[in-house]
Amino acid sequence: MSDTSTPRARSAVWLTLPSLLLFTVVLLTPLSLTLLLSFNEYDAARGATGGFTFSHYAAIVSDGYYLEIFLRTLRIGLITTFLCVLIGVPEAYILSRMAAPWRSVFLMIVLTPLLVSVVVRTFGWSMLLGIEGPVNMLFQALGIGKTRMLYTEGAVITALVHVMLPFMVIPVWTALQKLDPQVEQAALSFGASRLTAIVRVVLPQIMPGILSGGLIVFGLAASSFAIPGLLGGRRLKMVATTVYDQYLHELNWPMGAAIAVILLIANLIVMLTCHRVVERQYRRRLG
Amino acid sequence: MPFLELDALSKHYGPVKAVDDVSLSVEQGEFISLLGPSGCGKTTTLQMIAGFVDATAGRIRLQGRDITHAPANTRGLGIVFQSYALFPHMTVADNVAFGLEMQKVDRAERARRVEQALALVHLDAHAGRYPRELSGGQRQRVALARAIVIRPPLLLLDEPLSNLDAKLREAMQFELRTIQQQVGTTTIMVTHDQAEAFSVSDRVVVMQSGRITQIDTPYEVYEHPASEFISRFVGKTNLLPPATANGPQRHIRPEKLTLKPAGQGRSDATVVDRFFLGSQWLYHLESPLGPMVVVQVNDGSPAHAPGTVVALDWDDATLRTLPEGSR
Ligand SMILES: Nc1ncnc2c1ncn2[C@@H]1O[C@H](COP(=O)(O)OP(=O)(O)OP(=O)(O)O)[C@@H](O)[C@H]1O
Ligand SMILES: [Mg+2]
Repeated sequence: MSDTSTPRARSAVWLTLPSLLLFTVVLLTPLSLTLLLSFNEYDAARGATGGFTFSHYAAIVSDGYYLEIFLRTLRIGLITTFLCVLIGVPEAYILSRMAAPWRSVFLMIVLTPLLVSVVVRTFGWSMLLGIEGPVNMLFQALGIGKTRMLYTEGAVITALVHVMLPFMVIPVWTALQKLDPQVEQAALSFGASRLTAIVRVVLPQIMPGILSGGLIVFGLAASSFAIPGLLGGRRLKMVATTVYDQYLHELNWPMGAAIAVILLIANLIVMLTCHRVVERQYRRRLG
Repeated sequence: MPFLELDALSKHYGPVKAVDDVSLSVEQGEFISLLGPSGCGKTTTLQMIAGFVDATAGRIRLQGRDITHAPANTRGLGIVFQSYALFPHMTVADNVAFGLEMQKVDRAERARRVEQALALVHLDAHAGRYPRELSGGQRQRVALARAIVIRPPLLLLDEPLSNLDAKLREAMQFELRTIQQQVGTTTIMVTHDQAEAFSVSDRVVVMQSGRITQIDTPYEVYEHPASEFISRFVGKTNLLPPATANGPQRHIRPEKLTLKPAGQGRSDATVVDRFFLGSQWLYHLESPLGPMVVVQVNDGSPAHAPGTVVALDWDDATLRTLPEGSR
């Protein structure tokens, strides 16, 4: 298989060369530069001064301030993923059951968040949730009273779920398309209730789709920048906004690079672990 | 009161009449085969009984209860789907156990019955495999085991044996017949294999483009087909010229013709070709009456070579005339 002497294998090398080059130039080069930068020494007066030090990593690990940011990012990522599963899976299931003209209409509606620029969309949310926004007016009319919603985790999560839903719905929808509808009917024919049929027969089959959707959502949410930046404000920092601040406000580039590297590694660990689980659980059964 | 009654049942897909005005009464414990060419509406009929296709018109009654629009999961039938519809994420044993689990059969009893059902379809050695690790015929047998293990009052089988080799198929036909006789399960089996329909059923229902064209015992369907189409669908047939000037067309089955030495029969014929079928020889002959097909038992005597002139003979009692205007 890895025999490069066959003509077939050699042409494979040639054919993958362009994408390999692109991959190296646009991804690996900046990544390795960031990695190198994160080990640079830093001086408040002169910026990155070269050299080699673990001090930034040591600072991040020992400082409660950074730990809190990482934990908050993890929490927001997990809650967003959980909510996306909770909303996106039933949504995809209902979509797949819709009759022909409605199905494509509603699929388009699900995809609309992706068609609007992230900045516009986020400003929309901040107007909606603002202290004088329509949501608060409604609350007032209902006698709940004004509530501060902007600059809370709730606001960030709401906006994240809104934009991430398509990334959940699409893989689940794809998995549902591959199902044989007669398999669910078979479950019904044995006297299973609709709910039992879904839980015992449909869900296990679309689990790989749910997991891959969850991975995408978690990865994007945990590294999201614009939404926590605009809706979380200065106090509610997430990892990506902290990196931004380190680069552009503190001008501590090595520290920013170190945080970015840790985020990347944490994300990779989560992804690979999940991937491993999927491989082990579903390879043999569903192929 | 019939066990199952289809009353003027129809299913139309736009202009397509998949099933058209089908009426059928099935008695408790009967084994019925739905026989017909591809696309004649067999699966659609079965799916309406199962509750997965909503009838356009007509009624379905099961033990006197109108189930025409009852949800599928309240009907309690055992179904083998044409595409098997196994649960791909469950092992063979779990697939078979699913129905019992839904019936809340306790664990020990469940294991015992699953084992029994798998042994019945010769799959006991594959209990731990997943469907995708099985061959087509093995999957089909899992589907069969899954349906019979719940001991349903009514079994609906959609071509349950189509993927099995001749020997296994015969064994499964025997098992189905045994279950039906011992447990009294009413069975409706779809098939387009006439030999299968004949060998296991009490009655055969012949369908043609959405309609039932004959309901009879296998013997009657073969010996007295209601139309030339049915006659040709369930076996081979020879056309003889009318006895009188404008009398009806006469038919005779190939095995009812006998071959004699030239000049000693009713008409001489020349052997055009011959086919060896194991227990039989199949001859294609050319005669003044037209082309003829003859089947002779392979009794060990040498076969007639192509080009040989022989004589055709028959017993007039085996001649059939078909009902007027049937095609
Ligand atoms: N969902 C559908 N929409 C439109 N037409 C359909 C649909 N399902 C079936 N038909 C048509 O109804 C007719 C009967 O189909 P059915 O599946 O009952 O045939 P069948 O007798 O089971 O054939 P086979 O032996 O090939 O399985 C066919 O002409 C088919 O094209
Ligand atoms: Mg069919």
